[in-house]
Amino acid sequence: MDLARTEVSRAEAGRAAARRRGTAARLGLMAVPVAFFAVFFAYPVAAIVARGLKTDGVWQLGRIGEVLAQSDVRQVLWFTTWQALVSTALTLLIALPGAYVFARFDFPGKQLLRAVVTVPFVLPTVVVGTAFMALVGRGGLLDELWGLRLDTTVWAILLAHVFFNYAVVVRTVGGLWGQLDPRQEEAARMLGASRLTAWRTVTLPALAPAVAAAALMVFLFTFTSFGVVQILGGPTFATLEVEIYRQTSEIFDLSTAAVLTMIQFVAVGAILALHAWTVRRRETALRLVDASQTARRPRGAGQWALLAGVVATAAVLLLLPLAVLVERSFGDAGLGHYRALTHDDGGVFLVAPIAAVGNSLRYAALATVIAVAVGTLASVALTRRDAGRLVRGFDALLMLPLGVSAVTVGFGFLIALDEPPLDLRSSWILVPLAQALVGVPFVVRTMLPVLRAVDVRLREAAAVLGASPWRVWREVDLPMVRRAVIVAAGFAFAVSLGEFGATVFIARPDNPTLPVAVARLLGRPGELNYGQAMALSTILMIVCAVALLFLERLRTDRSGEF
Amino acid sequence: MNITKKVTILAVGLGLVTLPACGSSSDGSDGPGGRSGGGSKTVTLVSHDSWAASKDVVAAFEKETGYRLRVLEDGDAGQAVNKAILTKDNPQGDVFFGVDNTLLSRALDNELFQPYEVKDSDAVLPEYRADEDGHRVTPVDTGDVCVNYDKEWFEKRDLAPPRTFDDLTEPEYKDLLVTSNASTSSPGLGFVLGTAARYGDENWQDYWKKLKDNGVKVVDGWEQAYNEEFSGSAGGRQAGGDRPLVVSYASSPPAEVIYADPKPKTAPTGVADGTCFRQVEYAGLLSNARNPEGGKALLDFLISKPFQEDMPLNMFVYPVREAAQVPEEFAEFGPQAENPETMDPTKIAEHRDQWIKSWTSLVLK
Repeated sequence: MDLARTEVSRAEAGRAAARRRGTAARLGLMAVPVAFFAVFFAYPVAAIVARGLKTDGVWQLGRIGEVLAQSDVRQVLWFTTWQALVSTALTLLIALPGAYVFARFDFPGKQLLRAVVTVPFVLPTVVVGTAFMALVGRGGLLDELWGLRLDTTVWAILLAHVFFNYAVVVRTVGGLWGQLDPRQEEAARMLGASRLTAWRTVTLPALAPAVAAAALMVFLFTFTSFGVVQILGGPTFATLEVEIYRQTSEIFDLSTAAVLTMIQFVAVGAILALHAWTVRRRETALRLVDASQTARRPRGAGQWALLAGVVATAAVLLLLPLAVLVERSFGDAGLGHYRALTHDDGGVFLVAPIAAVGNSLRYAALATVIAVAVGTLASVALTRRDAGRLVRGFDALLMLPLGVSAVTVGFGFLIALDEPPLDLRSSWILVPLAQALVGVPFVVRTMLPVLRAVDVRLREAAAVLGASPWRVWREVDLPMVRRAVIVAAGFAFAVSLGEFGATVFIARPDNPTLPVAVARLLGRPGELNYGQAMALSTILMIVCAVALLFLERLRTDRSGEF
Repeated sequence: MNITKKVTILAVGLGLVTLPACGSSSDGSDGPGGRSGGGSKTVTLVSHDSWAASKDVVAAFEKETGYRLRVLEDGDAGQAVNKAILTKDNPQGDVFFGVDNTLLSRALDNELFQPYEVKDSDAVLPEYRADEDGHRVTPVDTGDVCVNYDKEWFEKRDLAPPRTFDDLTEPEYKDLLVTSNASTSSPGLGFVLGTAARYGDENWQDYWKKLKDNGVKVVDGWEQAYNEEFSGSAGGRQAGGDRPLVVSYASSPPAEVIYADPKPKTAPTGVADGTCFRQVEYAGLLSNARNPEGGKALLDFLISKPFQEDMPLNMFVYPVREAAQVPEEFAEFGPQAENPETMDPTKIAEHRDQWIKSWTSLVLK
């Protein structure tokens, strides 16, 4: 009896020790991502908000009520919300058939098309906004066909949001759809269910969480939309993000900006919490198969028509604006604008504009390394079996940089990171750091589903056989996530290449990045400047497309969210 | 091998997250103003992203003074001023260049600058001098915000382009003008201030009512107005811009000539010289500059003859120094307005926000 009790308590003590070791390991893994976000995100944002809301050391919380009482502000809030809702609905409507086609059909050029429709997502709006006018503006396609001009209307904003976020739906929903076993639906039909009933009872429930997750991501991106609204909406439309920019950057009313930042913070936090919840629901066990087995050539007129419809939509809505960009880069000068990029006597830069390509690649490579390092550590910590609720909430927290305005983070850097040893305000390292901040969420979102899908029993078996935690990770997890790491790295790379908002704050004249160089060229009159801006945009587009095409070849077995 | 590589990548990545801190404080050239002492050989200029200068002119400054010039471009003009004010206790550099008369009071009220009278202050044309008691700022350049017109468009229709503010409200120019948002764009604001100077506090709003009835279009930024909507610019031609009148600068026509290949014999655009508002840009020694001696040398340089004569073709502005030569092609296609509207910075300071507010509710709502 006594002996048995001792055995039990010994085993309990052992489990307790294991738990302690687990906690220590988890804390160790979390330390770097937590420190990274604390120093380069939370601290600067808190500093600038405090600067706006604190006078002589006293919090002016009354400002919140005052700002909210302004009818302008309420109008901005209302517009931000409803345009995001409508944009999300429209994106789902247009992109879901695309998700289905990419998931279920095999057709020539599929990989290329999937890479190309993702390009808008990583291109800076400063580039595409202008090209998008060719679709909806005067003399654009809609104008020529139906005499319809949508520039400076809300329709231009909505359509541009579809253009930018199409890929989010195609990749998130389509990724899962391609791996659902079609035989389940077929079985239901064999048992007598109609096509619709079979789809509604079998496929839809399996897809619903992915659709919800995609919808929430699109909602997040459109809720915080900046460039699209500024360029296409004209001065009468403003989202919260645009208003924060105006208040901070132009009007210099930091207290209003701080209140608006806090409102956006709360809204984005709620969206992310909801998102984290749907994502976890999605990770419930589904019978997944290799996507390459489920896709086949379309059969029958209906399926061909669907494919044609999706390709036509993609061509008009996504490819046409990109094509316009390429066309404008040639103009009447042929390759002249491209040649001009290699001269350094333009006066706009201290270096030849083409040097921006090298700068961008270097920054993006470094940003990728940082994002992958931080993101991998966070993902591993988040997938540990003993991860508590607090830790699981952390994955939503990692997404926050996607929803906080670049101008807030940028101004925050200026006043927060201004003391040695962290006086980084004018150091080049801030560019890759800021870009990594935006890249980490993509790394985490790509790696988490893969890591979570690794059978826990495999890890336990390895541990029982005496493997150290490091060795377990190396032998069990790593082989499974290696491709996910590469895919994540590619995304972080493409997003870094296109990042503009934060970079423009810190890029120096002797080493502009591609988007910064484009913006500067566009800021000057003259045909050469305009042509070079278009040529550089085309180069940026091609670099992004190549990176994404490379990813297509390395798709993971279980695709991540993007 | 894969694992070793990954470990290396991780290690390098983590190192980079923590190392730059040490890097920037030990290497004076990377820290702002070189706080570590050895950096006193570097002088840092903080400016907006329109800053540009010829390499040889900068090299001559460095050789003459022994200072190395570092330039930090900090976004557009308004943004750069705001950032400088935010960081004034611990500035990013020694000299700030690029605060114009519309924002000067914001900079002075926030004690952004410390006094320094440049060596050649007498050579500055008197009409551009400001703060002559305090010597906190030095004028560096000037430029006119004016309505530009598309020559070909008007020639084709045998219509004379408008010349004055009043002309713009005439029926023959209905639906032709595009301008940018006064609350977010510097030329947009300059144009509104021009009308306020021309028609006075009482009547400028009436003028804008007429302009609105005559179909003025407002877009958010100068880039959209000029590169998308204006039919006379390279971008506008490609984008099918249908507005032959745009609020831009008097220096935009020479830019259309100089940045073209091959260069045309005449500029495709012209300036309505009765619609101009004069902007003056100032520079000053930042209050807590770490290298004040270098900053003073830099300010002297900014109004020295070589730099003043170098500016037009780099920043597309006019010198403020008496007898500074303006390059021929610049002067030919972008002459300064004869009688531009001007306004005292103090008056702008008093009314700026209210005017922008009234203008916004009048024109945008």
